[in-house]
Amino acid sequence: MPETKILIGYASCGIAAGASDVERALRSTMDEHGIDTIIRRVGCVGMCHNEPIVELIDEKGHYTYGDLEAKDAVKIVTEHLLGGTPYEDKLIISPEKQYDYFTKQKKIVLRNSGVIDPEDIEDYIASGGYEGLKKALEVGSDDVVEEIKKSKLRGRGGAGFPTGLKWQFARDAKADSKYVICNADEGDPGAFMDRSVLEGDPHAVLEGMIICAFAVGADKGYIYCRAEYPLAIRRLEIGIRQAEEKGFLGDNILGSEHSFRIIIKEGAGAFVCGEETALMHSIEGGRGMPRPRPPFPAQKGLFGKPTNINNVETLANIPYILREGAEKYTECGTERSGGTKVFALAGKVKRGGLVEVPIGTPLKDIIYGIGDGIEGDREFKAVQLGGPSGGCLPAEYLDTPVDYETLTKAGAIMGSGGMIVMDEMDCMVNVAHYFLDFTQKESCGKCTFCRVGTKRMLEILERFTHGNGTLDDITTLETLASHIKAYSLCGLGQTAPNPVLTTLRYFQDEYLAHIDEGRCPAKVCRDLITFTITDTCVGCGLCMYECSVDAISGEKRSKHVIDQDECISCGACGEVCPVSAVEVL
Amino acid sequence: MEDENFNEDSLNELLNDYPPEKSSLIPILQASQDKYGYLPRPVMKTIAKYLSIPVSTVHGVSTFYAQFRFEPIGKHVVKVCHGTACHVKGADKINETIESKIGVKSGETTEDGLFTLERVACIGCCSLAPVIMVDGTAHGNLDRKKVKKVIQSYREGE
Ligand SMILES: Cc1cc2nc3c(=O)[nH]c(=O)nc-3n(C[C@H](O)[C@H](O)[C@H](O)COP(=O)(O)O)c2cc1C
Ligand code: FES
Repeated sequence: MPETKILIGYASCGIAAGASDVERALRSTMDEHGIDTIIRRVGCVGMCHNEPIVELIDEKGHYTYGDLEAKDAVKIVTEHLLGGTPYEDKLIISPEKQYDYFTKQKKIVLRNSGVIDPEDIEDYIASGGYEGLKKALEVGSDDVVEEIKKSKLRGRGGAGFPTGLKWQFARDAKADSKYVICNADEGDPGAFMDRSVLEGDPHAVLEGMIICAFAVGADKGYIYCRAEYPLAIRRLEIGIRQAEEKGFLGDNILGSEHSFRIIIKEGAGAFVCGEETALMHSIEGGRGMPRPRPPFPAQKGLFGKPTNINNVETLANIPYILREGAEKYTECGTERSGGTKVFALAGKVKRGGLVEVPIGTPLKDIIYGIGDGIEGDREFKAVQLGGPSGGCLPAEYLDTPVDYETLTKAGAIMGSGGMIVMDEMDCMVNVAHYFLDFTQKESCGKCTFCRVGTKRMLEILERFTHGNGTLDDITTLETLASHIKAYSLCGLGQTAPNPVLTTLRYFQDEYLAHIDEGRCPAKVCRDLITFTITDTCVGCGLCMYECSVDAISGEKRSKHVIDQDECISCGACGEVCPVSAVEVL
Repeated sequence: MEDENFNEDSLNELLNDYPPEKSSLIPILQASQDKYGYLPRPVMKTIAKYLSIPVSTVHGVSTFYAQFRFEPIGKHVVKVCHGTACHVKGADKINETIESKIGVKSGETTEDGLFTLERVACIGCCSLAPVIMVDGTAHGNLDRKKVKKVIQSYREGE
């Protein structure tokens, strides 16, 4: 009979939602009643919309509670732990109650996240951890590379390059030493898949790296991790130490000839450092600027040595493939691409969080099936995939399966996994401007097309949002975009125009409304909207108090007015008005 | 101003943890910033000497990365997430509210040295957007009212 235990979601999302208050309440209530059930802190279970989350496991099964406050924690202890009956109010999943958020997913990469204690290697080993490494050492490096090829695993960092082939190149390179790099820079500003994997299951990534190093013949590895992920870094450090103690890392791993060490390097806040050649310059201590390829890292990479670089999620798939076999892995996925993809589903969707689905799953199944549709049942407008390198797809594309080729054909990309849902209240010109502003600022400045081109495009978009654009501007935008795509040095520039091009392609009417009519249909662009107070106003004065520029005047209990010359269209008045008397035109 | 907080011995102690080679530069800059809160000029000079590289290289590398600061920071660092999810859920409004509440713009520090306001991209709590992070603690599901309360709570904590 399994012992009763309590798991509490303790990834960044859980902590932000108040996991520590809940944990404190659990512990103090248990103390009061003299119970000493084990409480374990685990990674992200993926249902971020329900954080803080607690899972209680006893002989009857698993019970997941969500949206908890301290007072609910008390009830979980008194009613469920002590009383033996689940606390129904906040119960989401139980043996009798399925949650379709999960039943529609397929977990390979996230199988351990939120389940095991990421700071305890024994937990990982008990769930089959490091079996893949043992198998790899047994069958030899040739077979490992073959198995990865057979799995049809493709790079999850964005470009989708076949991983087995990449390993083959690095393996074939002749050199006295080689490197393996794990790219944990996760730069897409709306994505956190890699962070969750690192926080929830760090050993899977480490094991993937060790297997990779064995396959390509590398003796040293680096993990280049965003500095904004302190918890991930801490868990990796703990993981490395534990793996060394167990002999999975270090000299003569598990008695073999293979020796391998891993060093963690913290990024320093530059998006372009996610690009592989820039990343290597950064590890070497320089400005993180990309260089032309070839030579590819497999020939001449870090410190001039052959280097294999893979993304976090790519590596986290490796132990599973080795342990279970490529055949099992390709049970899901498409003809050209095996396995699953993790997405960070967010934006105007009811149930956001981390979702893992077989490659080839239609967008609709993710957004409506797993995400349960749009917040407030408003109208779906677009889904943004791939962040600053990706694109926005409209409703007609909801049946599109998520795989590398189909998404690229539609103008978006699979990307690293950011999936932001937008509704009728989002302005597509504003969104295009947002992404271009990001890439323009992050351009390293080395090549002219990216440095100057993105700036010029941004200026045009700015004119649109101010209502000063012309039709010629659209042509100029398209010309600039095609040149930047064609002539930029690295992927940053080559993909920077994508958010603009896809919005132009699918939402041209919205651009035209900004240009021809000086109107922002979504009522987002501030220069194109005006706020007025209607006769519904009861003269309560709340808006006057809230207005940061003192643009509102009026006597108590009589209708207030907004001085249009002063108003900055921030919308604060509308948010506080108790009778919805503020109208946006 | 130049020499404030800066003690040559303590810096040397820090430097000794790193091999004197170019690839140590970024980790050293990070450790120095952790120690001083920013990168004072004399610190950069000493680092250059230690690594036998020109000060201009230290400067060139440090200014390339957004993480490094060259001015002292406030007691509380308020980071407003401007990631995609937060953007579509009103990060600009949150930013604006904080700016008017503490009286400085992004990238600046209040005169009393209490707050530094910064922009960041995605802190990984997208489902709780809009989100801010104050001294490493994330606060989610914000609106204008809630964010004012959050800021106030740090003020009152003084
Ligand atoms: C501007 C830019 C940013 C990138 N950022 C990342 C990133 O944050 N994480 C990542 O894994 N790959 C990123 N990449 C892709 C890497 O260059 C590289 O293709 C990837 O790490 C290879 O791993 P994979 O084959 O496992 O996907 C970026 C590429 C570009 C051009
Ligand atoms: S976009 Fe703000 S937390 Fe992700």
